Order: sequence, then structure tokens, then C-alpha cells
Amino acid sequence: MPSSVSPSPRRVTGTELVGPYTLLRLERGGLDPGVPGQFFMLEAPGRLLPRPFSLCLAPPGELAFLVDPIGPGTHALCELQAGDEVRVLGPLGHGYRLDVERPLLVGGGIGIAPLPYLAERLGGRPPVLVGFRSAEHAEAAALLPGAEVVLDPVLVTELIEPGSAGLDWEVLACGPEPMLRAVAALCPTAQLAWEAPMACGYGACYGCVVEIDGELKRLCLEGPVLDAARVRVPAEAAVA
Amino acid sequence: MRILNASGCLDALAAPDVARQLDVFVTKTVTPLPREGSAPPRIAETAHGMLNAIGLANPGRERFLAEHLPRLCELGIPLWVSVGGFSADDYAEMCSRLPPEEVEAAELNLSCPNVDEAADSAAEIVAACRHATELPLYAKLSAAHPDVAEVAQAVAAAGADGLSLINTLRGVALDGLLRPVLARGRGGLSGPSLKPLALHAVSVCHEATGLPIVGMGGIQTGRDALEFAACGALDAALGTVLFADPGAPARVRQELAAACAAAGVASPEDARGLAKSPETERKVPA
Repeated sequence: MPSSVSPSPRRVTGTELVGPYTLLRLERGGLDPGVPGQFFMLEAPGRLLPRPFSLCLAPPGELAFLVDPIGPGTHALCELQAGDEVRVLGPLGHGYRLDVERPLLVGGGIGIAPLPYLAERLGGRPPVLVGFRSAEHAEAAALLPGAEVVLDPVLVTELIEPGSAGLDWEVLACGPEPMLRAVAALCPTAQLAWEAPMACGYGACYGCVVEIDGELKRLCLEGPVLDAARVRVPAEAAVA
Repeated sequence: MRILNASGCLDALAAPDVARQLDVFVTKTVTPLPREGSAPPRIAETAHGMLNAIGLANPGRERFLAEHLPRLCELGIPLWVSVGGFSADDYAEMCSRLPPEEVEAAELNLSCPNVDEAADSAAEIVAACRHATELPLYAKLSAAHPDVAEVAQAVAAAGADGLSLINTLRGVALDGLLRPVLARGRGGLSGPSLKPLALHAVSVCHEATGLPIVGMGGIQTGRDALEFAACGALDAALGTVLFADPGAPARVRQELAAACAAAGVASPEDARGLAKSPETERKVPA
């Protein structure tokens, strides 16, 4: 839990379209940007519950989040204008461990969201592999200069077959569940950022459980970034 | 008017600073055996509410008593334990094991919408617990019963010291392809959409029993809490609002004073039961 238990109002400094997504920039104020992979609960204007987002970019004085308008809450966030206010709680949960020697960043779709801030904090321009379902979605790769981009039906995991990328890369990934399971099967030491519906983000609602260490545990407290070995990989993903 | 949390809507060990704002912390329901709970997805937002199917996930009686209770006591917040089970004996056994020097009251969860097992009747359970403990017993009832006041009278006669009203009500939410969002299919509806139903249940149970009532169901503001007082509640509990605003207990307490002033009452206690009293002077806007 951050030092203040109450969400703090933050002014919107601007929004930008990035392909089908919106980059929502907020005034940082006293908020700690946290470790890449940690998340913030953003008030969804007009809705009862806030929505969880990992930090995408931490420009000076700002916090920026990449929002995919998939439902009423995320649509409302994408429609915010500069000068509007939105309540923010965070940073929450556990992010990526940054003490990696040869990081390889892997993202799929909206799952690229935490990678720009992760690349910045790692420094040294780590290699980045990202996959998208369409050319329009792939416009978001502009947030990751130098990234290798593939489009559906090519899978991003095809770029990290053992041998092509080498086995000594330490993979840090975020993306849809099938992608994460495939990455886990290929790279058992990977750090994976998972996603689950969350009402609170701080362990109160018990809504975001995922099978971790063989039992249902709250992702907001255990993750969202987990070592691949902690999440069971079904046999079909391992052979896919 | 004390501010509590609704059972299952806060983990005081994960968020002690949130719990410390409360006058009483109510635990998540404890059952005799550990329960992993329902498969995900477990939650869905609805218009003015949310559905949950957590399925009474809890560590079970023995681990709760040995590991969780001592840590909860260290927080220094008055503690109520929510007790669940599948027979009157289950409830009574747990009540008999609660140390009165550490636990202020037992809340009997007689109304979880997310378990299928048939339980003994509410009055049988309360009577069994009454024999098992001297602790104050609060019976948490569902507004889904056709006559909740009748159930309230039955549990009062069986020895309940108070009522917690209301629990969530069963509901369903569908996704774009018309499939239930929740893995369990249905879940318990909470949030602002419950408030009118909860106010009604509090009102009729207050009239029927006069027992102390913890009112809950959609409280978002101090004004909401005051409305529960006006319908007969002595205390108020916060549930879904805690998810969006972990600072809600302190905020609601602060707003209560202003809400009293705006409504022309000195305190929530002063407002208690006003909504049912025919001699209440109604303020007509000029």
C-alpha cells in the first residue's frame, strides 16, 4: 500500500493516440512512479470501480499510462481531456527485478504497456520483441524505438525459440495469457507480468486470484510480475 | 455511529492502514475447513454495482485461530469474527473457540450467496451459538428472504444480540457473447444498487426487533450512512466503496457530521428511526 491510503486527484496533462490505444498523461505530483511492472488504480470516470494500469512512461513531472478502450471504463479514460482530474492510487504490487545481466523484453498487444518504462529503467537499450494483431495496433511499437515487430499470424514467441535468441537471455515479458504461457514454456526463468480483473488493487476484494505456487492467490499482492516457475504451464502450452 | 467494514471487503493484514480507520474490523468469513474459493473470473462491474463470486475463500478455522487471529489482535482494532459453516454445529464450534478477551463479537454469516450447501435454519444456528459463547452475536441476514423481518424476529428470539443487514443478493452479468462473466455463473451483487433494498430491510427489522443493527449495502458517503441511521441502524459498514476508495472510512465519518447538519439532526443517533416515525416533521423546501 502506498503511504497515502486515499487515491489522490491528478490533473490530466494531455492524451495522445498511439494506434488504437491512448497514452494518458497525468501530472505526477508527489506520486512515486515505482518499479516497472508495478501498477496504479485509475478512477474510471462515471464507473463504480477503478481500473489497474502499469506505468508506461515516467517523463519528468508526469506519469503516462497506455489505455486500450475495451469497455466503458477504459473508454471513459480515453475520453479525458487536458485539465480534467482523475483519482490515482499507487504504485501497487510487485514489479520486475531489474538486477538482470542480459535482459530481453517481450510484449504482446496492450501488454507492451510497461515495457517503455522498463527499458528506460534497465538502461543500455535492451533488445525488445513485440507482437501485434494488426498493423494499426503495431503503431504502438513507436513507444519502443528499435523493437523487432511481428504481426499476427506470426507469434512473438517464434523469435525467441531456443537457439535463435540464445539461452542466456533473461526474458521480461508482458502480454496475453497464451503468450505468457508460451514464454514460460520456452524460458523457465522469465519474469512475467500477468493481468486479472481487479476491483481494489490492494488485496481487499479477493477478485484477482490466479493459480500461483499451486493455489489460488491474489495477483495484486503476489504480482503482477511473477517468476515463470510460480505459475503452472498447462501441457498444451508447453508443446505449442 | 461506528464505521465497520462489511465482512470480506478488506484484509486488515494486507492493508492495516485502511483497517485502522475503522471503529471495528470484521474478518472475512471463517469456515471449519479451508476453502480455496471460486475459480476466476470472480468479479464483474455492473451498472451501479458489482458482482462477486469469491466463494468464501478462507484459511479454515484451525489456521485462522492459530495464525491469523494473533496477528489481527496485534493491530489493536476491536475485532469481530465472521463465522460460517454448513450446520449449526459448525457455527457453534467456531463460536466456542473465539477468545472473548480478543474478540468483541461474532457475526454469523447466515446468508452467503456463493455457497450451495443447505444450511440449518437461521434461528437454529443462532440458538446453537448462543449456548456456545457469551460473546455478542450479530446475525447477518439476506434481504432475499420474502420476509426478512420474520427471520429477524426468529433470530432475536433465539438469542441474537444484533443484526447485520444486508448481505449481497444473487445476480448474473453477461459478456458480449452472452456468456456469464463470472466463472461460477452467478454471484453476489453489491454497491449502490443495493441501497434502497438495504434501507428497507433495516427499516422493517428495526421495527420488528429493536435490536442494534449494522446497516450496509451501497454506502458511499456520510449521507448514505445517515440514511441507514434514519431507517434504524446503530452502526454502518462499508463494503464495495472500500475497493475504489481505501480512505472511505475516514471520509464517511467526516461527511457524517455535515450530513447531520444538512438534515437538521444533531447526530446519527438522533436520526435513528426517524424515517419510520409518523410524527417526524418533514422539511418542505421553501
